[in-house]
Amino acid sequence: MSDATEATVRAEARAWLEANWNPDLGLIEWRNMLAESGWGVPAWPEEWHGRGLPEALAAVVEEEFQEIGAVGVAKAGIRLLAAATLLEHGSQLHKEKFLRRILTGEDTWCQLFSEPGSGSDLAGATTRAELKGNKWLINGQKVWTTSAHHADYGLLLARTDWDVPKHKGLSYFVLDMHQPGVEANPLRQMNGHASFNQVFITDAEIAPEFQVGELGEGWAVATTTLMHERRRADGLRTWARGSDRPGRAYDEERAEIATVMEPYKWYPQRAGRVDLVLPRAEATGKIDDPAARQEIAKLLTLSKAAEWTARRARAAQEQGRPQGPEGSLGKLIASHVARAAAHVHTLIAGADAMLSGEDGPLDGTIAEILISAPATSIAGGTDEIQRNIIAERVLRMPKEPRFDTDRPFREVPKNTVS
Amino acid sequence: MAFSFSDEQEEFRAVLRRFLEDKSPTSEVRRWMETEAGWDRETWRRLNQELGLTAIHIPEDYGGQGFGFVELAIVLEETGRALLCAPYFASTALAATAIMNAGDEDRKRALLPDIAAGESVATLAFTEDNGRWDPSGVELTATPADGGYLLDGAKSFVLDGHTADLIVVLARLPGSSGDQGLSFFTVSGQAKGLERRPLRTVDQTRKQARLTFDAVPAEPLGAMGEAAEPLARTLDQAAVCLANEMVGGAERLRQDTMDYIGMRMQFGRAIASFQAIKHRAADLLVEVELAKSAAYYAAAAAAEDSEDLPAVASLAKACAADAYMHTAIEAIQLHGGIGFTWDNDTHLWFKRAKSSEVFLGDPSHHRELMMQRWDAPAEGAVA
Repeated sequence: MSDATEATVRAEARAWLEANWNPDLGLIEWRNMLAESGWGVPAWPEEWHGRGLPEALAAVVEEEFQEIGAVGVAKAGIRLLAAATLLEHGSQLHKEKFLRRILTGEDTWCQLFSEPGSGSDLAGATTRAELKGNKWLINGQKVWTTSAHHADYGLLLARTDWDVPKHKGLSYFVLDMHQPGVEANPLRQMNGHASFNQVFITDAEIAPEFQVGELGEGWAVATTTLMHERRRADGLRTWARGSDRPGRAYDEERAEIATVMEPYKWYPQRAGRVDLVLPRAEATGKIDDPAARQEIAKLLTLSKAAEWTARRARAAQEQGRPQGPEGSLGKLIASHVARAAAHVHTLIAGADAMLSGEDGPLDGTIAEILISAPATSIAGGTDEIQRNIIAERVLRMPKEPRFDTDRPFREVPKNTVS
Repeated sequence: MAFSFSDEQEEFRAVLRRFLEDKSPTSEVRRWMETEAGWDRETWRRLNQELGLTAIHIPEDYGGQGFGFVELAIVLEETGRALLCAPYFASTALAATAIMNAGDEDRKRALLPDIAAGESVATLAFTEDNGRWDPSGVELTATPADGGYLLDGAKSFVLDGHTADLIVVLARLPGSSGDQGLSFFTVSGQAKGLERRPLRTVDQTRKQARLTFDAVPAEPLGAMGEAAEPLARTLDQAAVCLANEMVGGAERLRQDTMDYIGMRMQFGRAIASFQAIKHRAADLLVEVELAKSAAYYAAAAAAEDSEDLPAVASLAKACAADAYMHTAIEAIQLHGGIGFTWDNDTHLWFKRAKSSEVFLGDPSHHRELMMQRWDAPAEGAVA
């Protein structure tokens, strides 16, 4: 495919879709055809359901899917992070067993990295994996796991050696979630939703062939997963629109989206719902309050400048220019927007800001903003970690002194929860 | 709307930055700021002969280079960065823009070529002693006399007003109020009855003057009584210009501060290694980048004469003013004691940040304007 051009790829993709796409096919049947033809994930290698195309040409194929309205491979949740990790670090067995069923959507995956004792400090994981006989026995607790209650497999980071420095004692496994030693319980958040799970792992078993990468190299493998997570952070959220067209494949995709998106339904509120500010200010009359006007204007300024900063970053990327600092700031800026928005929504609501549910403004939506916004500056890297990253990687300032990497992990002070 | 600069624009910026680093180091800035004029006619001539900066956004028909507000904004970002002591903002961003907006064909042909060539230095006299940044503050009157007009009253906060060759004056016809009766005139800097007094400014790198008019003969610029619209447009475009000048200064201050904290050793380590400092540096980067995004967007909106220009001009002005002032405060704090000394350069930008914060209207003023101008439906309806 090295001589592929945009025109040939576009023509070939269109011809294949015109010949094969049929909205009345079952979703799995159709996605199996995608996996066999390579058109579902054209950037993947040819031997693994792809066509070995560069990302830019894969985007052209994506355009053809949208043009014709064809349903694509399963994309939601952790599955594509699992696939990317396995493509890079997995064995022949892993790729054969897992990749196709990831694409068809038959298997759902979750990510077992965070623990109650290690949030920002993921490499401080204390879930243990011990080789007993010919099985790994896993014991520990994971948290903030999306979809764990209906996942088939988990990407597990566990400690296999306590006598070496923290990053060197971790290994990476695929955990079969359907076994007695794995218990996923919903974790109720301060906003009343339960989008994530805590996963209790007690003597769960993993066969040695489901270790991913070398023993003690788990941190490097996890870094691959996290890198893809960062890259896809936007895609995962914008993907879930689906089509309102009739046809079996569309129906089944809509059902899939509904399940997958359920945990994310408060996410717009978490981001602050800046879109509601002016209509709410009009509705409550606060639009005429000079103090409120100042705060609203500050919020709109922040929100617009954030949007334009993201577009600057994208424009530079599209032109193939080296990324400027503007590309690394979005996460921290989003926290500022969410906080400012919660503040302004409170000003606008007045006494009603104390009420939720059907007694609260907009049937509880405003209350949900006020009690969801604090998640924005924590989830996916706290503001403090983001500031460290900006300072150290963008501004090249000295790194934080560390007291945990130069000694056996056993000797590093840790939280008592394990 | 373009969200990045073209290769040519980036190249232009690089050339300009090198030129200004050479011609306007802080030693020169300090030299000129101590003089009453505040700038040097010979340096000014060279600046324009070599780079044609005063011609940049003036159409070719009037002796200009025919570029737009994006290119003008690049120049201003760089002059703001270098704290250039020159009547550039007054002559190009304010006066030339006002003439382009208000003048009829004959007056534009008569006035713009000399301004474009840098031969004539112009300014805009708009604000009065009341310090109001909207037409309601204009009291200076233009009285018809002998087929011409005589101006009576006073203008204040006039950038480079004591040295300009040509002054564009906003006046009102007798008996008018509000937006009615507003008219632009031009007056020679040497006109009889015009008294010019340099003001003592906090920011010595940008001079201001108070002008008193005692029956000063003035030439009309554009239709009499119809200045409200071209004035509003000029002030929006000027706010965009100032926003871009401010982000240039803020970025320079931020970078200088990063250099300093990387070198300054206390407790056996560079102070840049303290997390308390690193987090503030990260926050400053965020603030300045946000302000840049707003300033660049506003420049593009001015270049395209987009419908949202009035709203985004005020947005960008308020955003840049807050970012510049906050950067200046943090820059001095992060420099510690040395930052409060006259010999350290930080205060030069601090003072420019202060004058720019207020000039053309402070952030609260612009946030209020922004709210009045915001196109509510574009924000979407209640879900």
